[in-house]
Amino acid sequence: MSKTIQIHPMEDFKERTRSVLNDPGQRKNFRGAMDFLQAKRRAQFPDQDELAGLRELGAAIRRYSLANLPRLLERLEAKLVANGIQVHWAQTPDEANAIALGIAQRVKARSVIKGKSMVSEEIEFNHAMQASGIEAMESDMGEYIVQLAGEKPSHIIMPAIHKTKQEIAELFAKEVPGVSYTEDVDALIQIGRRVLRRKFAEADIGLSGVNFMVAETGTLCLVENEGNGRMCTSVPRVHIAITGIEKVVEKLEHVPPLFSLLARSATGQAVTTYFNLISRPRQAGEKDGPDEVHLILLDNGRTQAYADAELRATLQCIRCGACMNHCPVYARIGGHAYGTTYPGPIGAIISPHMLGLDSTYPLAFASTLCGACSEVCPVKIPIPDILVRLRNEAQARPDSEDATLRGSGAARSVAGTAVWSVWAQVYSRLGLYRLASWFMSRGRALSPTEQGAWTRSRTPLIPAARRLRDLLKDRQP
Amino acid sequence: MSAAPGRPKQARVPAGGSAVREATSVGVVAARDSILQRLRNASVGAPAPLPDVSGWYTARRRHEDTAQRVTRLRSALEAVKTEVHDCSRADWAQALLRLAVAKGLRNLLIGTNTPHGAELEALAPPDLELVRYREPIESWRDTLFDQIDASLTLARSAIAEIGSLILWPDASEPRLMSLVPSVHFVLLDVETIHSDFHAAMTAEAWSSGLPSNALLICGPSKTADIQQTTAYGAHGPRELVVLLRHAQGERA
Repeated sequence: MSKTIQIHPMEDFKERTRSVLNDPGQRKNFRGAMDFLQAKRRAQFPDQDELAGLRELGAAIRRYSLANLPRLLERLEAKLVANGIQVHWAQTPDEANAIALGIAQRVKARSVIKGKSMVSEEIEFNHAMQASGIEAMESDMGEYIVQLAGEKPSHIIMPAIHKTKQEIAELFAKEVPGVSYTEDVDALIQIGRRVLRRKFAEADIGLSGVNFMVAETGTLCLVENEGNGRMCTSVPRVHIAITGIEKVVEKLEHVPPLFSLLARSATGQAVTTYFNLISRPRQAGEKDGPDEVHLILLDNGRTQAYADAELRATLQCIRCGACMNHCPVYARIGGHAYGTTYPGPIGAIISPHMLGLDSTYPLAFASTLCGACSEVCPVKIPIPDILVRLRNEAQARPDSEDATLRGSGAARSVAGTAVWSVWAQVYSRLGLYRLASWFMSRGRALSPTEQGAWTRSRTPLIPAARRLRDLLKDRQP
Repeated sequence: MSAAPGRPKQARVPAGGSAVREATSVGVVAARDSILQRLRNASVGAPAPLPDVSGWYTARRRHEDTAQRVTRLRSALEAVKTEVHDCSRADWAQALLRLAVAKGLRNLLIGTNTPHGAELEALAPPDLELVRYREPIESWRDTLFDQIDASLTLARSAIAEIGSLILWPDASEPRLMSLVPSVHFVLLDVETIHSDFHAAMTAEAWSSGLPSNALLICGPSKTADIQQTTAYGAHGPRELVVLLRHAQGERA
């Protein structure tokens, strides 16, 4: 593993954060959306015992699947191939894009219509296609809006959550030919429907993500409401599905509990409009469906998370987004500030494996460790524990032989290390502690009024005039 | 992460033919083996027990009759703007035609070689053109997208708990029938309704054989991507109409 330590990684993370915090419109959009999604989720779980049991079951299924991951992937591959679905493996985003491009060039594709796929965002699929002259068009309404605006999704489930309907109305009036300004949501959706219907009919390739892969049957499961996912996987003659290697489960019966947890946790629905199970390309005699179905399995750092027993839990994720919907940090800074494909608590713990800890560790520190994320996580990922672990990894000795993460040690500084080593000495030796606290309390007038980041929005810290020890001594009879 | 050996950016360059296919398959093998090897190298500790999914569902399953399942299914469907109508084996086709006329539909897409399609055709409705899905989609894609108002398919079964209809599209009732037309009629025999998703896949032995594409459908297509406001008729049907077909004399 290469170890390029950057001194000021993600320098603009704080700038982005500050700019959102100072934007009342953005703050209002996110606060409103988070309150709405929290209430919707809460209403789906009226029975706390059922919720507890189902989360336990969901977590057990994900842990079991990960514990058997290499075996399940091989079984999945064998079954998919037997079903006529072609399986490709990619270690990096470049490899994944090259595979997709190879398919596109072989079938002489000019356009790709896309269903919602965060993995395609992760590999910058649209960019790679466009660089080779192939149009890549988003068809999920939120993704379509974001693409039209030249932006990236700010939420993994609701990509355009940062936009008001007024902003979308302006965007459509400006970018969609023949459309005049309307704030009517139904009318706006019908505009998107009309534009994209032609694209579904004309596209050469449909690209989708995958929510669950079933090893025993060789099935790709897709969860959605809009019908665009079904369009992308049914109308074009080639369907390419792309997903992370962690999304496999062994048995079909493992799907219902995870599906229930996903729909209820993500958008507070008992069930989504569509649950789409794809097991084969078009068979002889069938009149529609793609002639070719491909699955691209992406690593992109997931095997690094897998190698460590604690960090492996990161891969239990079913991408519901409940952790971000309940995160006090995400609610205030929104998705774009993170600067990563996956924002919020899950983004903070998965991104270091994809991009290196050196360029992502500030995300692990941008947390109050309040625990709301792990409380709502449908598969019980201990996110705060993993955040603390990543903070420690970021401070680890850069030269340590057993570094488990690419870019670990990036946050380590001489001054910081010195301060903590003095602190450790003082707090582990009684005499030294007494001496130090005596000097602190008596010399409190010397406390600096400028205390770095602390005093930017708080009053300075000044030691008490008398130590606890002194106060207790007074009480002794 | 280092790039896989021989994983070619050059795969972008050569277009067409076996060169690309070959380059891809070599890269895939290398990537596949490295990924699997890295996963195998990790120590996963004691084998985790297989989760008891059946136990969870069996313990919570309601013991209910068909009428109770119909009630649950109906309320879940109606909650997402689905029209639900009761009918019998004798009168469902007439009921469908009345609804079609009321909605001002010009035509209705039906499957090939289905008993319900034949029943409709036997009525030779004067106000509604019946269109059969005879040819592969390539030969009439634009017609399907632009000219067809509605479709009728039979549901294989349904799930009371989550209000979902189960469809297994096949050569006679292809998958786009339930997706492209604006109005989708579904005929459902009430005795096929299962209690929950797990019960459905277990009773129908899905794990021993699934079709190319299987579907759960609950409501017309929808989205809440603009300011969390639900709008129906996103990319799929704008209306979902369910005809609950009761056996004679059991009509709710």
